[in-house]
Amino acid sequence: MAIVETRDVQKLFGDVRAVDGVNLATNEGEFLVLLGPSGCGKTTLLRMIAGLEQPSSGDIIIGGQVVTALPPRARKIAMVFQSYALYPHMTVGKNIAFPLKAQGTPREEQQKRVQRSASMLGIGHLLHRKPRELSGGERQRVALARALVREPAVFLLDEPLSNLDAKLRTSARDELQQFQRQVATTTIYVTHDQVEAMGLGHRIAVMDSGRVRQLGTPQEVYHDPADTFVATFLGSPPMNLIEKPEYSLGFRPENFLPREVYAKDGHLFALPCRVTRLEYLGSDRLVYGVTEGKLEGHRVISKLPSNISVFMQPGERHEFALPEKELKFFDPRTGLRAAPRAL
Amino acid sequence: MAAEGGAMKRGARRAGHAGLIGFFVIFSAFPFYWMLITTFKSTPDLLKRGNNPFLLNAPPTLEHLKVLFYDTLFGQWIWNTLLVGVVVVAITLLLAVPAGYALARVMGPAGEKLGIAIFLTYLVPPTLLFIPMSRIIGDLGLQDSLWSLVLVYPSFTIPFSTWLLMGFFKAIPKDLEEAAMIDGLSRFGAFVKVVIPISVAGILTTVIFTLTLVMQEFVYALTFITAARSFTVSVGVPTFLVHGDVYFWGSLMAGCFISSVPVALLYNFFVDRFVVGFTMGAVKG
Ligand SMILES: Nc1ncnc2c1ncn2[C@@H]1O[C@H](COP(=O)(O)OP(=O)(O)OP(=O)(O)O)[C@@H](O)[C@H]1O
Ligand SMILES: [Mg+2]
Repeated sequence: MAIVETRDVQKLFGDVRAVDGVNLATNEGEFLVLLGPSGCGKTTLLRMIAGLEQPSSGDIIIGGQVVTALPPRARKIAMVFQSYALYPHMTVGKNIAFPLKAQGTPREEQQKRVQRSASMLGIGHLLHRKPRELSGGERQRVALARALVREPAVFLLDEPLSNLDAKLRTSARDELQQFQRQVATTTIYVTHDQVEAMGLGHRIAVMDSGRVRQLGTPQEVYHDPADTFVATFLGSPPMNLIEKPEYSLGFRPENFLPREVYAKDGHLFALPCRVTRLEYLGSDRLVYGVTEGKLEGHRVISKLPSNISVFMQPGERHEFALPEKELKFFDPRTGLRAAPRAL
Repeated sequence: MAAEGGAMKRGARRAGHAGLIGFFVIFSAFPFYWMLITTFKSTPDLLKRGNNPFLLNAPPTLEHLKVLFYDTLFGQWIWNTLLVGVVVVAITLLLAVPAGYALARVMGPAGEKLGIAIFLTYLVPPTLLFIPMSRIIGDLGLQDSLWSLVLVYPSFTIPFSTWLLMGFFKAIPKDLEEAAMIDGLSRFGAFVKVVIPISVAGILTTVIFTLTLVMQEFVYALTFITAARSFTVSVGVPTFLVHGDVYFWGSLMAGCFISSVPVALLYNFFVDRFVVGFTMGAVKG
């Protein structure tokens, strides 16, 4: 178990700033998720922590030791690749034993530990198969078992669930979380899927174009976004953003509901809209509209749970409102969070 | 009606398949058949016009084989060829495997271009090169020695093999080596324990191609070696079995047959390995 820290880590590929000055520190035994859109530098950052890529500047610290100059094998890490990277010429058993063999563990000890980690992941019966004879989910578990067997100080996972189908992904997510809480090993997990990030992480580092925009618990990044990027990257549909010259105003679609849903009293901010389109999503209804009144002419979305049966149709004008405390203000120039102001 | 049409179509397709396969089978097996029957044909049968050339028209004879083995040094030549082949294969692998890997992985984008440049040297014809080469061989005092061939053959087997292996190494997902490095090996360790076992198919292909190149090489073997004891098969057979314009067809064909069958068998034996997507299952689903 160890704390992973990056200090001013930069990585340039020619002119591309893949990672642009990242400062992060995990907690002991934490599940930290790196979340961001495609190409924002998540994989590059993870590979630098693993030692597969040299930072252009800055340092990586694992367990209090600067490891920037150390090769991957000296860092006491285990990594699960997006492709799983199982050795195709070896059986599952040999795959799992590989890290032990590489560090010269005695044979009986190898056997015992392979058995233990395989049974922990429920793949004890697959030890004699070759990787090509496994399903995607089984491969993922083999990759996890191989990462686990050496009892590393840190787990690094790069989108390990992205090759699974939707249903399997949900159950694998569940297993992965249980597994991590059980072994309590510091884990850094890369994904571009916000549902995965919210569901798995103790904390989430939201990244964009090589920088960490916000580091916080799922609640913090969702309810208290540090800037407009985080605000609009998280949530589905994302936060409504009304950009004025003096300020930008953000609010979540699920808080933006028809006026009549809220009690008469309470501090509400009212915003009339012309409904342009309705989308029925089963558990929710999405209402697309254009604001009217003093904040006229902005596109907004309202997300109505299916138990709210207010009738609406396109072309109609409707009173919408939201609790004042759900309004988030941003600086229109920098995009950073700003103090609330009177409207 | 429709079903019948479908059945007819299917039948026609099957016949087409069979025809095509039959054609290729005959195409590739015919030379072997020809060598084989010529080996056992008596000379009058061979030379008499009007005889059906595809069949034995007279009882078979072992005369040609006897000539080949007792009147020439054929056994010695095979041994020489084998010796040169094995040593050249070893030298080639020793140099081409690391070179191919370096070009595929370490050199970055320049590697590809350099690989092609190296391959181009393979295309310089030996008919040009044997003149300067023979000076070098002379200076080294290696005339008439098989070591001259061991020295010169890698000049074309290495470029070719390097290029071939580069392709194989490129096809191996990088993730596998990186995983091995994280699992506790050095880059070299990952190369030996992961990359090489996965590239068995590529390395076998290289071995067979190198052997074939060595066995068919003629120009260098002819110019560097004049002592019959040191001939390779490709020089010894035509030198001793063609006297002026007299061709000892039976023995010639016997020599060809005996030296080509092992290579053909080797190809057949490993053909699955060449073709199969050996890294399948390593990545993705
Ligand atoms: N080896 C490389 N050479 C040049 N540019 C690279 C290299 N690797 C990554 N990049 C660039 O660096 C940036 C970050 O890449 P990275 O793979 O870290 O993104 P990512 O966040 O993992 O994206 P994804 O979610 O699509 O996997 C991208 O613009 C990419 O094009
Ligand atoms: Mg990535």
